[in-house]
Amino acid sequence: MSIKVKIVGDVVHLLVIKCCFKGGEYTLWNQRYEAMERGQLEQLQFLRLKQTLERVYQLVPHYRKSFQQAGVEPGDVRTLNDLSKLPFTVKNDLRDNYPYELFATHLSEIVRVHSSSGTTGIPTVVGYTRSDLEVWSELMARTLTAAGGNQDSVIHIAYGYGLFTGGLGVHYGAEKIGATVVPISGGQSKRQVRMMKDLGTTLLACTPSYALLLAETMEEMGIKPGELRLSSGVLGAEPWSEGMRKVLEERLPIKAYDIYGLSEVIGPGVSFECSAQDGLHLSEDHFIAEVIDPTTEEVLPDGSTGELAITTISKEALPVIRYRTRDITTLTREQCSCGRTIARMSKISGRTDDMLIIRGVNVFPSQIESILLEIAETEPHYLLVVDRHGSLDTLEVWVEVSEDMFSDKIRGLEELERFIFDEINNVLGISAKIRLVEPKTIERSQGKAQRVIDKRQM
Amino acid sequence: MVKQISLFLENKCGRLVRVCQTLGKAKINIRALSIADTSDFGILRLIVDRPEEALSTLKNDGFMATETEVIAVEIPDTPGGLADVLALMEEDGINIEYLYSFVEKPAQDALILMRVDQIEQAKKILQENQIPLIDGDRIYSL
Repeated sequence: MSIKVKIVGDVVHLLVIKCCFKGGEYTLWNQRYEAMERGQLEQLQFLRLKQTLERVYQLVPHYRKSFQQAGVEPGDVRTLNDLSKLPFTVKNDLRDNYPYELFATHLSEIVRVHSSSGTTGIPTVVGYTRSDLEVWSELMARTLTAAGGNQDSVIHIAYGYGLFTGGLGVHYGAEKIGATVVPISGGQSKRQVRMMKDLGTTLLACTPSYALLLAETMEEMGIKPGELRLSSGVLGAEPWSEGMRKVLEERLPIKAYDIYGLSEVIGPGVSFECSAQDGLHLSEDHFIAEVIDPTTEEVLPDGSTGELAITTISKEALPVIRYRTRDITTLTREQCSCGRTIARMSKISGRTDDMLIIRGVNVFPSQIESILLEIAETEPHYLLVVDRHGSLDTLEVWVEVSEDMFSDKIRGLEELERFIFDEINNVLGISAKIRLVEPKTIERSQGKAQRVIDKRQM
Repeated sequence: MVKQISLFLENKCGRLVRVCQTLGKAKINIRALSIADTSDFGILRLIVDRPEEALSTLKNDGFMATETEVIAVEIPDTPGGLADVLALMEEDGINIEYLYSFVEKPAQDALILMRVDQIEQAKKILQENQIPLIDGDRIYSL
């Protein structure tokens, strides 16, 4: 194993280390923190956690009240494990304290706010101090470096700019690593493709469903993948499957890296994949991650599947304590082949609130997506329509027929329907009605994909 | 060999009209068609005068269309004419996936279009039995 160290910039901890493991080459933006020895990392976490708890207890009435209701004080947290004594924070706490009541700093120190769209209720507002923006840029610099980005990259940011954290979040990280940034935002797919081709884009950052739309647009425009310099995609803001990764990697073609984040915690960059693509590295020097049972709220051991809860330990403006993300994942703290020691979470397999309960069975749209992607080369355009007839729930799965699936024999299409039906039945134990629909029947998304229509009156 | 265009259509109002309008606008003439359907979807099979152009026009308009090859044979338009041809195929174990027909003007012979599982073998059998195979160019220009 040979290690070459290169100093980038003038700050001591901004060093990039290239490690050669198993013949592959991995680049870390911040070796000191991304590959910190675990004992040392946990000491750092504990120190930062204590500071955070003292601050929120003193400065945020909501936390003082909720800690008191739970009968705990910051002083009761004597080890990292004691975190489990503290109450959870949920999305509604942000709504109830709209807009600024959860902030732990005076408004004069806030330099930016972002907000959720509020389509599901009152919007939530999140704030950043200058230091928070620094941390966020650092996290995105780690993310983009792990995806092969560097000062020679041309980074095309097709996440929405504005109140959504996607665009600006990636933007600051891309500038931090010194890449050439194309802040194109969402929409106008043909223009996006033309710009990527003309500007020699090497890294695409957008939602996976938008990446698929761009791949389709390229094909419609008759542009061959070889005409672009594109080599990586940093794709997130919605859960996506391994099957979808395969499709995107073949069609664009790129190496597709998953990125995870949520505005309540900081935005994109909470965790990210390296080229080993073996879980998403979660920057534990800034966050503490727990996986809990969504029903009993018990903390689960590493390796168990459950809901991710995150505590921020370096944020100034809006620290969150045990924030329930509603995202389903598993955690491992084993070192990755890339050399990073920070925890890894598995690809998000669903959301506790996207979870559909159909005839008493827990169904995640991502499970259906995985099934559809087993059919070779399937374009994963699908929609789940849930309804209730009498007292019985019904599930209709709309699948757009692609050229690969099409047979000009009725029997062929009926076999396709039966295959999808059987697979869903095997995996979920539900009889779904499969409806094959014409291409472009299901609405294309520019942002997050709409996969479910629930018509049930509950 | 005859090129046939196959389309996936949902079984709902207005879909067939849209296909015909798309072809009409492109001045493509339909020579023969057949529809196979279930309660939810159908497959429309078309023989047109300019198959390549029809395929790209339909695809551009967002239809799920592909090209398949079918065999066209000319048989006497008399009772038992079709039975004789089918018997030949059966004897040789050739499976007919589907077939449809159209009558030439003036109606003396009938044209049968069929999709079989073993195209080359089917052609050989038909030729050996002096059943006239019709090539694409003649069909498109009828």
